[in-house]
Amino acid sequence: MNIKINGKIQVIDKRINLLELIKSMGLSCDRVVTEYNFRIVPMEEREKVILEENDSLEIVSFVGGG
Amino acid sequence: MEDLLEIGGKKIKNRLFIGTGKFSDYSLMGKAIDLSGAEIVTVALRRVDLGSKRDNILEYIPERCTIMINTSGARNADEAVRIARLAKASGVGNWIKIEVIRDNKYLLPDNLETLKATEILVKEGFVVLPYMSPDISMAIRMVECGAAAVMPLGSPIGSNRGLKTEELIRIMVEEIKAPVIVDAGLGRPSDACECMELGCAAVLVNTAIAISRDPVNMAKAFSEGVVAGRRAYLCKIPSENNIASPSSPLTGFLRTPSSSS
Repeated sequence: MNIKINGKIQVIDKRINLLELIKSMGLSCDRVVTEYNFRIVPMEEREKVILEENDSLEIVSFVGGG
Repeated sequence: MEDLLEIGGKKIKNRLFIGTGKFSDYSLMGKAIDLSGAEIVTVALRRVDLGSKRDNILEYIPERCTIMINTSGARNADEAVRIARLAKASGVGNWIKIEVIRDNKYLLPDNLETLKATEILVKEGFVVLPYMSPDISMAIRMVECGAAAVMPLGSPIGSNRGLKTEELIRIMVEEIKAPVIVDAGLGRPSDACECMELGCAAVLVNTAIAISRDPVNMAKAFSEGVVAGRRAYLCKIPSENNIASPSSPLTGFLRTPSSSS
């Protein structure tokens, strides 16, 4: 299925929840914040979010900035 | 009595706030913050680059520091609010620097959108510090909305041109019933000192520290400039005169025998 992650279409080949996706990308779970279809997903709820075709996902983290 | 700055329930001793952009590496940034004694540090929020691994910047910031999230990248109030909410969900706290910019050349803030975002985020319980062009009416409105401080610019972001807005900042310090923190454009410790001599509550510096040859010592130098300016302000700086006023007594001069009296 196609999912838009940070503005780019990515192909995911199996049914997966948000927590699994973050781990599969090699990201540290407590360092990123996620927004699923424009709704912020609290860390403890990531496992409950099952990704579906055409979902939109934003994964953000902190960087240096003034 | 200790001279503390109170914002959002925190009592702040060090009046130099530091931005974390542009440092060549996080470890150097951490050392600069540490040596300067800064207690308030800004970071930004960006999409994760899925192709590369980056360290977690938060691990390099001394534990004593309060993290203030900058909404940089926001072009309107809605985007700033979205970034603020995401930042809060990360668990780093509720201090927000609202930065809304549509002008890519001078990076000057959009005060109206900033005001809108201030209003929304204060209601949601954020400690809001809006970055703004030094406009007295806007600053009053922002404070009425509940801004914890206002952060007018000294000169454009990253320009290192110093306090070009001095006269407007002077008026803001006099009239605004909240801390006035000069943010952006300060290029050297004497600029920071000048802001503090004027009565500003604090300054926020990033570029001038981060891109100097020795950011660790430059951060310290800025901190010392801030301390000197603040101390001078508290001592009440004497007014200027157009004519001289001798520092030494005008009596008891030594005179040569040829001169009279």
